[in-house]
Amino acid sequence: MNARAEGCTAAPDPSSRVVRHERGQHEVFCGLTGIVWLHRKIQDAFFLVVGSRTCAHLIQSAAGVMIFAEPRFGTAIMEEKDLAGLTDANDELDRIVTQLIARRPDIKLLFLVGSCPSEVIKLDLSRAALRLSQRFSPAVRVLSYSGSGLETTFTQGEDACLASLVPVLPASTGTEASLLVVGSLADVVEDQFIRLFDGLGIGSVQFFPPRNSGSMPSVGPNTKFLLAQPFLPDTARELEHRGAKRLAAPFPLGVEGTTGWLRAAANAFGVDEALFDKVTQPARVRAERALDKFRKELSGRRLFFFPDSQLEIPLARFLSRELSMELVEVGTPYLHREHLAEELKLLPADAAITEGQDVDLQLDRCREARPDIVVCGLGLANPLEAEGMTTKWAIELVFTPIQGYDQASDLAELFARPLVRRAKLVA
Amino acid sequence: MQLTVWTYEGPPHVGAMRVATGMEQLHYVLHAPQGDTYADLLFTMIERRNKRPPVTYTTFAARDLGKDTAELFMSAARNAYARFKPQAMIVGASCTGSLIQDDPGGLAKSLGFSIPVIPIDLPAYQRKENWGASETFYQLVRAIAGPKAPPPGTKRAERAPGQRAKCNLLGPTALGFRHRDDITEITKLLGQLGIDVNVVAPMGATPADLTRLGEADFNVVLYPEVASQAASWLQRIFHQPFTKTIPIGVSATREFVREVAGLAGVDPEPMLAAASTRLPWYSHSVDSTYLTNKRVFIFGDATHAIASARIASEELGFKVVGLGTYSREFGRDVREAAAKYGVEALITDDYLEVEAKVAELHPELVLGTQMERHIAKRLGVPCAVISAPVHVQDFPARYAPQMGFEGANVIFDTWVHPLMMGLEEHLLAMFKDDFEFKDGALPSHLGTGHAPASAPAVAEVAVALPQSAPVLDGAASEPAPTTPAPTGAVWAPEAEKELLKIPFFVRGKARRNTERFANENGVATITVETLYDAKAHFAR
Repeated sequence: MNARAEGCTAAPDPSSRVVRHERGQHEVFCGLTGIVWLHRKIQDAFFLVVGSRTCAHLIQSAAGVMIFAEPRFGTAIMEEKDLAGLTDANDELDRIVTQLIARRPDIKLLFLVGSCPSEVIKLDLSRAALRLSQRFSPAVRVLSYSGSGLETTFTQGEDACLASLVPVLPASTGTEASLLVVGSLADVVEDQFIRLFDGLGIGSVQFFPPRNSGSMPSVGPNTKFLLAQPFLPDTARELEHRGAKRLAAPFPLGVEGTTGWLRAAANAFGVDEALFDKVTQPARVRAERALDKFRKELSGRRLFFFPDSQLEIPLARFLSRELSMELVEVGTPYLHREHLAEELKLLPADAAITEGQDVDLQLDRCREARPDIVVCGLGLANPLEAEGMTTKWAIELVFTPIQGYDQASDLAELFARPLVRRAKLVA
Repeated sequence: MQLTVWTYEGPPHVGAMRVATGMEQLHYVLHAPQGDTYADLLFTMIERRNKRPPVTYTTFAARDLGKDTAELFMSAARNAYARFKPQAMIVGASCTGSLIQDDPGGLAKSLGFSIPVIPIDLPAYQRKENWGASETFYQLVRAIAGPKAPPPGTKRAERAPGQRAKCNLLGPTALGFRHRDDITEITKLLGQLGIDVNVVAPMGATPADLTRLGEADFNVVLYPEVASQAASWLQRIFHQPFTKTIPIGVSATREFVREVAGLAGVDPEPMLAAASTRLPWYSHSVDSTYLTNKRVFIFGDATHAIASARIASEELGFKVVGLGTYSREFGRDVREAAAKYGVEALITDDYLEVEAKVAELHPELVLGTQMERHIAKRLGVPCAVISAPVHVQDFPARYAPQMGFEGANVIFDTWVHPLMMGLEEHLLAMFKDDFEFKDGALPSHLGTGHAPASAPAVAEVAVALPQSAPVLDGAASEPAPTTPAPTGAVWAPEAEKELLKIPFFVRGKARRNTERFANENGVATITVETLYDAKAHFAR
């Protein structure tokens, strides 16, 4: 991925810290998993994976018992005849999409999602999307992106999805600066941020992705954007192509992160310091008080992150600085040094960061260190618990409202809960 | 291409993982892209295993494709061999791995390990999970037990007098529906007959155990989807006969006991006389009379679907109105079974087709998989799970076999539980306007209180809309539109009102029968009279 080279060359001093790079077995999800939350976020979109039975099985397993009604995603499973070239894959795709749209006439936005198999056989989904868009316009817009494991890890699926949307966002016409918040957030978090921005007098705030395809944000040279999530380099680059300017900020996790994030917007929009303090002070004080409850439980506890979502570095920053936890190792699937520069400045200088993974070697290090709590995926969590370690499964951090002031203590509680539980259980 | 909302089976390499994870001391090196490790959590979360599955994935990414993915595979295999020191290794590719054609089998052979390395070729774009498990088990048995085979033409030595008969239990795997407790139950049952278990495989067996398969007198095939291919081979090469009866249900268990006793040369009657199971008495007791001819739809893997149909019909007195399977390999068996109940078998792996069939048949109970729970929930029909695929709640902590006499007890409780209890059913038919126990409410013993007000509408409209199910999630809980019946006949308002007096769970069936009756008799307007004429016509 080309974002890598870009990140390294632009690295400012604080982010030139030593990072271990590992290559071996990756125990991570592929980008298709992003569909599990994106289909709920953008309510009139449908995600059609073009892939194999494995892809269908993956999303179904990841979605688990969550979905008992008909979900807004599906898989066009490629069969032998598609691979052997006996049928034209494009004709087949057209047939399936026609069938799907007839079945669900309420779909306004259809994503064709590429997978490893479709990638390897070089099925051109972007051309298919263009063709189908023309056919079903204006009722349905068809876009494509890749969620394959070859190219994306877990949350990078959201990046690929949003990046595919940016070129079709309406152009902003006004001359006044507007703020765009980028990255899926829980509805409750969005609403809190809207109130805070209102209080700061930043009136024109839009969120991306929106809650439905009819309310896409506009973008243009007057747009300043804040990343709400650390895993969006491609989306950011596409926005920059449209003239939008990224505001450098830490991510809105914890009191410090949220304050830094809001301050970046306040500075860009010329909000004066007194107003900023007046608006944020009550929430900051309240959040600090709520965090107090967890400081005793978490302070001094040793923490080990396996790579999963790219949220690891902001989380490690929050847990070490605001709850005094000790960082044994912070694994991340991919480190974008430019977007994480503000985070890296705040992270303790001696924190061991690992980019990539060789799961067996990382498990060796983890066992050796015997941390108090291990943040890892569901494939590792129960086996590590059985070895006597306390774990926090990482995926929950993507499915829970954790950003902003009023979620800071909820976020701390997610880490305290497994420790409390271990202490409570006698048998 | 095939449009898939839910899939009944995973890809074939997941079947191979079920064999490898069920076994001990066997390692699987899988050439697969980053992300395919999701399969680990099937075992660590759904089955709640306390160890990582013995699977090393190469997890190649896009940047590796320009380089030597074959070298990546070899280093993964070398590392796995050094780290895990297995007794044997299987190697293969996932769907994407097979597209890049690195030949894992050949590569692994070239590494010169001192253990058996068995290549497993799984056609990921043609076959599925159970086929993958069956093929993997068969290849393992061939490769590991094969060298101990007697020379062709030799006869099996007679068992020494006084020596207890020995059998293998074949078929249980990781992620199998109740495999853990079925093994316990059948082992106990065989013990009561004086038969020892030689090897249970794949579940719990090591490759070293597989070398001892030939020492048993016969094989017990518990799950034909996984074991019948291996058992046929063992019969051919080691002259071991294998059992054909699946001991799910009381009658089937009795037949099974007689079958194994025959193979072992022991007398089954004392054991059968002493055996106790509560299902027959529970089912005969008058409390169960209201179960008579309850209309049931059954879907699952072939083994569980066929066994369930027999129990439903002969042991619980239900009426089987639909029977089907997603196990295409066993389609013929299911067709034969369906013919016994006068229904046409539904052989499909298309979830939407199953959904349409359930909507059309209007059963009072659905016995199926996790997927049928989705369907039954949407249509407001009671449901119990009889077969994989299943989710975490069907890997219970308690003892919960499906096989043998205790299995029959478990089945009685599980299947009757979702049905409304007898007294409540009567009262609902008598008094329709109770503010609390009203039409379409969930059975009050299920505790959740009342179904959404729209539930009756959803269930009824489903008859008319087999192909166009409600759309977005939200729509499922909104009142469904009143679509005209797909017939020429029109309902008169009084008749429509009278229809509402028929108990909720049989109303859809009554509507359909009345419409059919009206069509067949050229009735244009369905009146109250037509409704009762039809009722008399279709009286059972």
